[in-house]
Amino acid sequence: MMVAILTQIPIPKDIPLPLPLPEWLLVFILVFSFLLHILFINLMVGSSILTFWYELRGKKNNDYDRLAREIATTITVNKSLAVVLGVAPLLSINVLYTLHFYSSNTLTGNIWISIVPWVAVAFLLFYLHKYSWDRLADNKPLHLSILGAGVMSFLLIPFIFLTNINLMLFPEKWGEIQGFFDALTLPNVFPRYFHFVTACMAVTGLFLAWWFGRKKFRMEGRFENLTKAEIKKQMLNLALAATGLQFIFGPLLFLTLPAKGVTWGLFWVILAGATIAVIVLVQLWKILNKKTQIPGKRFYLVLVLFSFLVAFMGTGRHLYRENALKTHKKMMAERTAAHWEAVRKAHENLLLPEIETEKESAFPGQDIFQTNCAVCHAATTRLVGPPMTEASEVYQNDISGLKQWIKKPGRKRLDYPVMTGFPQFTDQQLTDVANYVLEEKWN
Amino acid sequence: MDFPLFHLDFMGNRMLVAIIAILHVLINHALAVGFAPLVTVLEFRGYLKSKTKPNEGKAWDEMARKLMFFAFIITTSVGALTGVGIWFATSLANPASLGSLIRVFYFAWFTEWIIFVLEVIFIMIYFLTWKRSNESPRRKRQHILFGVWLSIFSWLTMAIIVGILAFMMDPGSWVEKKSLVSGFLNPIYLPQLIFRTPVAMMMAGCVALMVTAYVMKKQNTWKTGIMKYISFWILLWMPLAASGAFIYYWHIPRVMIGNLPVAIGTQQFQNWYGSLVTVMIVVISIGFLVGILGTFSPRRLPKHLLIIPVISSFLFLGVFERLREFIRKPYVIGEYMYANGILVEEYPLYQQTGLLKHTPYSALSEITEENKLPAGEAVFTLTCTRCHTTHGINSVVKRFELMYGTETPLNEEAMKTYMKNMHNVRYYMPPFPGNDEELGALAAWIAEQQRNPKTLEGPQIKGVEVKEIEYKLQNLEK
Ligand code: HEC
Ligand code: HEM
Repeated sequence: MMVAILTQIPIPKDIPLPLPLPEWLLVFILVFSFLLHILFINLMVGSSILTFWYELRGKKNNDYDRLAREIATTITVNKSLAVVLGVAPLLSINVLYTLHFYSSNTLTGNIWISIVPWVAVAFLLFYLHKYSWDRLADNKPLHLSILGAGVMSFLLIPFIFLTNINLMLFPEKWGEIQGFFDALTLPNVFPRYFHFVTACMAVTGLFLAWWFGRKKFRMEGRFENLTKAEIKKQMLNLALAATGLQFIFGPLLFLTLPAKGVTWGLFWVILAGATIAVIVLVQLWKILNKKTQIPGKRFYLVLVLFSFLVAFMGTGRHLYRENALKTHKKMMAERTAAHWEAVRKAHENLLLPEIETEKESAFPGQDIFQTNCAVCHAATTRLVGPPMTEASEVYQNDISGLKQWIKKPGRKRLDYPVMTGFPQFTDQQLTDVANYVLEEKWN
Repeated sequence: MDFPLFHLDFMGNRMLVAIIAILHVLINHALAVGFAPLVTVLEFRGYLKSKTKPNEGKAWDEMARKLMFFAFIITTSVGALTGVGIWFATSLANPASLGSLIRVFYFAWFTEWIIFVLEVIFIMIYFLTWKRSNESPRRKRQHILFGVWLSIFSWLTMAIIVGILAFMMDPGSWVEKKSLVSGFLNPIYLPQLIFRTPVAMMMAGCVALMVTAYVMKKQNTWKTGIMKYISFWILLWMPLAASGAFIYYWHIPRVMIGNLPVAIGTQQFQNWYGSLVTVMIVVISIGFLVGILGTFSPRRLPKHLLIIPVISSFLFLGVFERLREFIRKPYVIGEYMYANGILVEEYPLYQQTGLLKHTPYSALSEITEENKLPAGEAVFTLTCTRCHTTHGINSVVKRFELMYGTETPLNEEAMKTYMKNMHNVRYYMPPFPGNDEELGALAAWIAEQQRNPKTLEGPQIKGVEVKEIEYKLQNLEK
């Protein structure tokens, strides 16, 4: 039994070229390189927020101003790595989801392309902030405003990525949205955003605990009262609180996922990640209470656990995408196959004898004229070139002159543009068309 | 056909791509490829001097660091983002072609990416450890070595990009071979590289000279020495740049002329080719003058005039970049895909049955007297908007007005005849991919645009229409 439905979902045809690598390998590269990219994005966004926070507190306590300055130095490296590491997932998502990704890019195009100047300006703001620290020491409001503009940019730009990555999953919405802001309000963008920002804080907390905990990091001469232990405590507290908060944002995100891609497989993968998150929380708690060494054994355990957690989440994210697009991809594949069948038929039609004879007309000169000359020359009126009544007059008894002109025209009438030449014509073609021009009754 | 098509109705998509790409090429050549070796050499000179004259050595080192600071800030922000931006913009301007190219050149781009990552890592190390490297001569030597690595990787990224560019200029053999190697074996690849390398060095010298003139105080005793050295650097690369340019210049017509099937293209090319000589001579003489003056009498160099060699060397590169316009064939991928994103192989189908039927992004399939105008708009979007706007840059209406004049309103029949055959006379445009009714609708819409001009918003603003289709459910359940 065949049931036909009317659908408003755009079903484009896929690109008819094979993938450059087996699909599973590309998926692996995509998931892995994306996690690497997002790791540095997390550090960049998280550190910029913390820099702002500590510099603000630094107005009262000089130590915090110095702490802010130390954190700011890490942004320089992390933000550059974040951008170059974004290229590998960009390449991979481009090959794996060409139709989906480009379509959502286009539908939010103005804002999407604004990423380029916006991120560049945000980076420049961070440089300006970093290298004007001493010069603007007496003008903290200005210094903080520069930073504030940068931080705001880093907090807003992720919306563009999230909106795109989200929109590509829902071809059924493509016909409904008009521009970026419509796409932004699709369900799931905001929960995803909060999940992301919270992750930034957790990752940054862990990273900075290690950064300031290292033996190589010398405290002497840099801070007056602030101790290593105190910094570490603050950073770990941040990581703990943020990871804890994910138990609110995570479920919120999961529950607002449109049902079409939610499966039990996905549920178990996410649950496994969440379970590891519980262990991470416990371990962090222990480190905090027992004043364990950082970096130390337990800290490395947390890092390993965290990597697994992130791997599960990244896999879940990919599973959802695959599930959500499964039906659509299937429809696309069928549509593509049908299309290429039709293309083949059209090529056969070209070879059909009737069409062939129709083309093979008795007046080759007329055909050549219609396809090449009629574009600019009409019988009695001026188009691009002069009317044929006038032009054929000139060569009434001079067929070789006409052939010469058609092949390589010169410049005659100053109120007309130059004529295109036809050096590719054979002598036979030139003769045919010249004969036609001279014999046809133009008026 | 299968993507919603981003459209900027004033500046056109191509302009967007061009702006981002040119900015990127300039930054890449002047501030990365050329700058890294120049700064490394300056640092090395400083290191050598510091053995006998510590103060002078320090001044050189400090100036080299300042130059690197300048390059670092620009390349890691605007440079990096315009690099990614070329992708973003191209995928908006022609999604079908970039999507296809990536499938074929995934490896090349992946390699490019790895080198790019290494370049970023080295620039970070090189710039951020500079101050610490002054602690001991051993560290300094190590640091200089990082400068050498940075120079190598910067050059390598350029060498690969040029290969990809060369491929895009003449992808001819790809259709049979489907490999990137053909891009690198392109006859214009080596001449390009030979040309771009010394030009990058020279441009870096011009920029460095200007920055130094502004940054260093007049009273600084070492200023003249440094200025002299940078001028000497320019002078040194000048003959190489000149001969590179000449080799490239000599190769161009040999490769190009074959690509220009019609006389009009050949004529335009000849004009450009003629003016190229003038530009080459002027730029090289300016560079030569500055180089000579700076080398022999650096004190006489007027600070504000140093902007001239910078601008002229940028212009120099820009003129060569324009070359790509002449190879704008109707294809984006030779003999495989036309610039409108439609495959050569699909043409017979679309021409026989009409193309609106086959796109998901138009509600219409058949053309009637009532829907003629909206249908014409849809046809325009599918077939012309990759290169034309309605009333902005390269506007269709203006193009037709230039041809037919504005005394009488545009004649639909004449436009129809023209568009049906335009690929025969204007080689850079693809043949019209639809059927006669669609051609009629397009002509009617263009005529209407002349009477009542209206901006054509792209899908990024007005969204897309989706065709309602019948889909057989059963297939899905398998
Ligand atoms: C590959 C890109 C491309 C596509 C696709 C394209 N054009 Fe063009 N078209 C051009 C360029 C480039 C010019 C020349 C502009 C110039 O001279 O600077 C041009 C010129 C024209 C002209 C003026 C020609 C002349 O003889 O002066 C007309 C008319 C025109 N196009 C109409 C169209 C129409 C209608 C379509 C869609 C069916 C179309 N073009 C599709 C690139 C394109
Ligand atoms: C211009 C350089 C960048 C490139 C090439 C790039 C590339 C990418 C790619 C390809 C994805 C999608 C990966 C996937 O879904 O599998 C992505 C996602 C993302 N990127 Fe980037 N990115 C860049 C810069 C940034 C910046 C500057 C930010 C933040 C300030 C950012 C934040 C994000 C976020 C939040 C996501 C989505 C995460 C999610 O879906 O959960 N990116 N990026």
